[in-house]
Amino acid sequence: MKKYIFNTVIGIALFSAIFVSCSDNFVDRDVEYSIDSENFFNAKEDYDKALIAAYDPLQSTYINVLMGEIASDNTLAGGESPTDVIGFQQIDDMIHTPVNDNLKNLWDWMFGGVQRANYILEFKDKIDFEGKNQVIAEARFLRAYYHFELVKWFGGIPMNGDKRFVPGDETKVPRSSVAEVYASIESDLIFASQNLSPNASQTGRATKGAALALLGKAYLYQNKFSEAAVALEQVITSQKYSLVTDYASIFEMNGENGPESVFEVQYTDVEGAGFPCLQCSEGNVAVGFSGIRSYKLSPVTPGVPNPNPPPKYTSGFSFNVPTEETYNSFEVGDTRLNASVLDIVAWNTANKTEYGKGNEDTGYFNQKYLPRVRSGQAQGDLNLTNPNNYRAIRYADVLLMAAEALNRGGINDAKALIYLNQVRDRAFGDTNHRISSVGSALTDVIWKERRAEFVGEGFRFFDLVRTGKAAIIPGFKAGKNELFPIPLQEIQFSAGNWNQNPGY
Amino acid sequence: MKSNHLLIIFLLFSAFGFAQKRDIAGTVKERSTGLPLFGVNVKDKSSGNAVSTDFDGKFTIKGVSSGTTLEVTYVGYKTAEYVVNASDSNILINMQDEAKTLNEVVVIGYGSVKRKNVTGAVSVVGTKTIETLRPVKIEQALQGTVAGVNVTTAGGAPGASLSILIRGVATNGDTSPLVLIDGYVGDLSVLNPSDVESITVLKDAQAAIYGANGANGVILVTTKSGKRNSKAKISFNSSTGIQEASRTLPTLNATEYALLLNESYANGGKTIPYPNVSGLGEGTNWQKEIMNPAPIINYDLSISGGSDKIFYAVSASHLVQDGIIGGDKSGFERNTARVSLGADVSDRLKLKTNIIYTNLTRKTINDNGLGSVLFNALNVSPTQAPYDSNGNYTLVPSTPGLGIEIINPLAQIENTYNDYELKKFNGNLGLDYKLTNSFVFTGSFGFNTQSGQSRNFAKQISYGGKVFDVNRSSVTQSTVFDNNYTLDLYGTYTKKFGDHNIIGTLGATIIKEYGNGLYATGFDVPYNSWEFADVHLANGLPTTAPNNSYVYDERKLNYFARIQYDLKGRYLFSAMLRRDSSTKFGPNNAVAYFPSFTAGWIISDENFFGGNEGFVNFLKIRGSYGHLGSDKIPPNGYISQLNGEATYVFNGTIVNGLATGQITNPNLKWEAAKKLDVGLDLKMFQNKFNIVADYFIDTRTDLLISNIPVSGILGAAAPGAGLPTINAGTVRNSGVEFTIDYKNTFSNNLTLSLGYNVTVLKNEVTAVNNGTGFIEGGSFGVGQLAPSRMQVGKPMGYFYGYKTNGIFQTQAEVDAAPSQVALGAEAQAGDIRYVDINGDGVINTSDRTDIGSPIPASTMGLNLQLDYKHFDFVAYTFASIGNEIVRNYERTLTDVNHLDYVLDRWTGPGTSNTVPRVTTSATSNNVFSEYFVEDASFIRIQNVQLGYSIDPKYFEKAGISKFRVYLGANNLYTFTKYRGYDPAASNGAPIGGGIDYGFYPIPRTYLLGLNVNF
Repeated sequence: MKKYIFNTVIGIALFSAIFVSCSDNFVDRDVEYSIDSENFFNAKEDYDKALIAAYDPLQSTYINVLMGEIASDNTLAGGESPTDVIGFQQIDDMIHTPVNDNLKNLWDWMFGGVQRANYILEFKDKIDFEGKNQVIAEARFLRAYYHFELVKWFGGIPMNGDKRFVPGDETKVPRSSVAEVYASIESDLIFASQNLSPNASQTGRATKGAALALLGKAYLYQNKFSEAAVALEQVITSQKYSLVTDYASIFEMNGENGPESVFEVQYTDVEGAGFPCLQCSEGNVAVGFSGIRSYKLSPVTPGVPNPNPPPKYTSGFSFNVPTEETYNSFEVGDTRLNASVLDIVAWNTANKTEYGKGNEDTGYFNQKYLPRVRSGQAQGDLNLTNPNNYRAIRYADVLLMAAEALNRGGINDAKALIYLNQVRDRAFGDTNHRISSVGSALTDVIWKERRAEFVGEGFRFFDLVRTGKAAIIPGFKAGKNELFPIPLQEIQFSAGNWNQNPGY
Repeated sequence: MKSNHLLIIFLLFSAFGFAQKRDIAGTVKERSTGLPLFGVNVKDKSSGNAVSTDFDGKFTIKGVSSGTTLEVTYVGYKTAEYVVNASDSNILINMQDEAKTLNEVVVIGYGSVKRKNVTGAVSVVGTKTIETLRPVKIEQALQGTVAGVNVTTAGGAPGASLSILIRGVATNGDTSPLVLIDGYVGDLSVLNPSDVESITVLKDAQAAIYGANGANGVILVTTKSGKRNSKAKISFNSSTGIQEASRTLPTLNATEYALLLNESYANGGKTIPYPNVSGLGEGTNWQKEIMNPAPIINYDLSISGGSDKIFYAVSASHLVQDGIIGGDKSGFERNTARVSLGADVSDRLKLKTNIIYTNLTRKTINDNGLGSVLFNALNVSPTQAPYDSNGNYTLVPSTPGLGIEIINPLAQIENTYNDYELKKFNGNLGLDYKLTNSFVFTGSFGFNTQSGQSRNFAKQISYGGKVFDVNRSSVTQSTVFDNNYTLDLYGTYTKKFGDHNIIGTLGATIIKEYGNGLYATGFDVPYNSWEFADVHLANGLPTTAPNNSYVYDERKLNYFARIQYDLKGRYLFSAMLRRDSSTKFGPNNAVAYFPSFTAGWIISDENFFGGNEGFVNFLKIRGSYGHLGSDKIPPNGYISQLNGEATYVFNGTIVNGLATGQITNPNLKWEAAKKLDVGLDLKMFQNKFNIVADYFIDTRTDLLISNIPVSGILGAAAPGAGLPTINAGTVRNSGVEFTIDYKNTFSNNLTLSLGYNVTVLKNEVTAVNNGTGFIEGGSFGVGQLAPSRMQVGKPMGYFYGYKTNGIFQTQAEVDAAPSQVALGAEAQAGDIRYVDINGDGVINTSDRTDIGSPIPASTMGLNLQLDYKHFDFVAYTFASIGNEIVRNYERTLTDVNHLDYVLDRWTGPGTSNTVPRVTTSATSNNVFSEYFVEDASFIRIQNVQLGYSIDPKYFEKAGISKFRVYLGANNLYTFTKYRGYDPAASNGAPIGGGIDYGFYPIPRTYLLGLNVNF
């Protein structure tokens, strides 16, 4: 009996030795010499690096600008043929459906930005360091920027607070309402405007002025005129920004990040890019797409190609071509016409150059964002790496938005006129074209002024939608085309969690 | 009580035969080897007297009566009985070892079971087969000898790796089985085959005791150990051989080549390059230039023996093999040393340990793919001489017709410098502690620790504007340390309750694999010479980061339980449960459970069967079902790493941050396998026929599929981010295995054994849930679409290309057919006619379809052994039927050489309907189509050997008990229709295998060998 007990005790001891010593902790190990995203944010430097990542998708907003302009009545899709980038062509004709690779890109890329901003915000309380509020404020500014793009294009979108989405959320997190998305944008931008430095530590970073301007814009899109006016006038009274005298100079390389620039998406061509990952380009892809097709010097001897580079511009894919109507919409004497729309036939005659007619050729190109002659350090594919910054928020925009808010909110038409006429004085180079209308007549003038000021900058479609005037876009169906469809793949991924936008 | 019985019997017998008692002397030997056996128990059944044999196998037993029976028992041998005759004085008793009998013990993982009671699909390759085949690498002993196992080689280069496939391609990932050497995780590729006692292959749910490691099947290697109570045995084996190319391809000679080029140029409307072909003659036969007979030398020596408490085995081996291409530039050398020791420390505690040291070196040439030595030899022009008048290597011109990828293969060999050396220790220590008669506690620790060093020298060289030109010399060195250990702790409870036999096993295993690697490159090697090719001398400044390193640490923790039960030894049942956790698994699937069971019924033991002396001697039906897994998945797939792109512009300059990369998948888990097997074991005609048949269905689910589309809200489309890898594929393998062995000794002189095994297999992919429904792989030609696919409803890695329908004979036929311009050029008479699969009136990429599969429909082995007097003869053959191979060693340029099948090309209406015209102008004939897919079925005589053993009596004074010389040939001949070197050419990739990129042919080897036992 004693032996039996002894054996049992030994047996139990041996087995418990196994099962105690071999606990699941054994397989719970850290990966050596690897930066795990969940164990990051251990120093200010980490936040800075993650913040660069959150800025990065701003460069992919080229598609928002390009496609937004094509969607409006300013331009036609163009391209090489009627099937060249079919997604653009359909949006131009307002016959787009939930199956649209380019809309899917826009959705994916903007959510990529949201995800990266939320990565920082999810870990915002992990450590404390000097200047943390600036980092958080920049991250919230960027999240608001991406959210604003998404709400403009798709209406209500899924949001997950300060947390990143994880796989499975697409079937659980519902689409927030448009009002909820704007509430989030407002909250982000109020925080940003209170915490961002008025002066960017580095060119390209969000500032207090940028946050206020974007906040004002978000209010304006909701017709919250008094809030918009307050926010925008703070930018104006800060006196940090001013209009550049020569309107055309804004869009040249030397005009980048100038005194009129409130927020600008930064691009460069020192790094190469390719079609498989357009969003990876450090250049402005929209510029190459908008470029003059087969632009070159005319041959000196017929039949022999002229080897010399043509002046000012380089060639591109001839998308996003302004219409005749756009060209004709400018008032006589408006310097913005030639700065905005290039009459290629006239240009060719003057410069002994030639071009190739693409699809829907109008003879006009988007002068502001045409590919310019490149530096020697430019990396290829040159069509995809144009370094033209996107002037996302110009002081002129702040002035016109402030004017609109003051006018439409019935707050102060006199002040509205001051702001409007600052813009017009610069455009015409004199004070003879000042406006003195009030009330709804003034509203119409401001809206018309917005088109002339911002042709080619991607605002037109959304201005028409928010002001209820989108019906003038050929093919536009009211009650449907105010929003773009949620990509079909996303509807499928959501497994019934997200409803499609009306009409699609 | 028992002793009283014996006493009574003893008294009875002693009273009975008083006068005839006398002493009997004798010797006990092993029947197969004639070696004396030490420590054999010889018992007089009448008197109960018992003695043991001495070291010479001799015994003397006293007081034996005539007519009484001596019972001779010895562990591992069939019990023998001998009836004493009146005339006997010095008797000889031969004992038959039990290796081929039903009582053979088969290891099944954490225990063993008698062959008779095995309920899973388990195959064993025994010592005899291994000693007969004497493979260079132990994996080769499995080819053709075990049903359901297919061994493919990466090529015939010395030391090239071999891959083992058990029951088909079940995954798009790692298909290699779990290999355990004496219970611990090991590596077959570096073992000395002479150290291996047996190889056991677990093919079905029997392997479920290995849970997430067992889905690809399990190979259990048992190494040799000494035997208790045996006299020291010294065994020396040597062999020396010559290897030669088993085949050379019929390329065009210089005259044929020149004429062909003239025709091709004329067809393309160009000036002919060889206006005068007279005097060109045969030209250079490049294959002859690069291939040379090469030696292979192998020695091994082993000493083993044991007393009643301690047994040992010590061995050493040396193998040198040069390559038939490149000579010592593609050489392999392996040296091993091994000590194995076992001891009964006490009645309760047994110890077994062994340690192996391996040192191997390997040099390689570029032996597979575009730019390999063979690829160059087949494509370079026969009109080019290998050497110029100064004896230097000639340059292949960089013309459009020859491209920039083909270089002089002799120069290529000369300028290849690399070496690799591996030093490795592996071994184990096992303890069995017998707590009670029915409970044994086992602890075992096994380890591998190895360091590998490599050095690659890229000599500064110009081949005249080719892609292989090196503008700046460099040397790259690496040091890699790999370690792992396996710790097993388990208890085994064995108990018999009347007719009920129970064995219960409960325990745990932990496995840790860890290591690191460091790589460095130095530029500007002094004197551009291998002699000075070391990083510390090569101190030119790098332009790119010259160093790299990695570390890894993967761990597994496994618990397991098994119950084996049988009733009357006739109704067999076992059930297993395994619980695995592993660092490979994501946090949401941290733990896996793998249940399985097996059952068997020995019908021949039933009373109604009428005994087993009839023509059916043994009949068992068995079945198994279980869940297994494979954790051979990439590590850390669930950990989100900051390797995305985070690049923006501040202050006008690029700044880089950190962003998440690929979307993680916290649900990442093992691939899951469900295995069903139904089998039959049958012995007939006095056990002369042995039949094993199995039907199986293996379904592998949760295969890892990469780039699965997910919702954009997860941010996968952000720069440098990526789509996740998700368990989303399924493959099903089903088939039949059948093995029949016949063994008979016709008289004392002739023993014949004949074995045949066949595996018929169907492979089908049943799910690829990645949005497109397929995954592509492999490569064909230059810049062409991927030729292989994994796709639902098709076999894994099937070939996807254009179907052909002969050759256009006339322009009218071309005009009537759908346009082929989308494939590269508008067709003309003499071009390949492609089939418009989708019937849309044009031939384009949408017309690609299934044009073959690299997976054989069946594989089989036929093996013969004959022993006649002092002669022995063996022949091993292997056949693979129904698989296809892609011919991809031809560079599709105008001036390259061709195989002689182009002589049958189309030259006008009615001249050929298989080989298209030649021309220098653009055609669509080179797109991946059936034209490049060939039948790769083959039958190979793998091994033939004729041995002669000299009667040991001539050597008795020298103490030699066996002296055998033999002549052998490996890879003697291959019957196949395939035009290339080897129809078995495959890199083994599940998607992209079966493509012949210029495979290093497996040499034919003639061997002269010697086996001596002392």
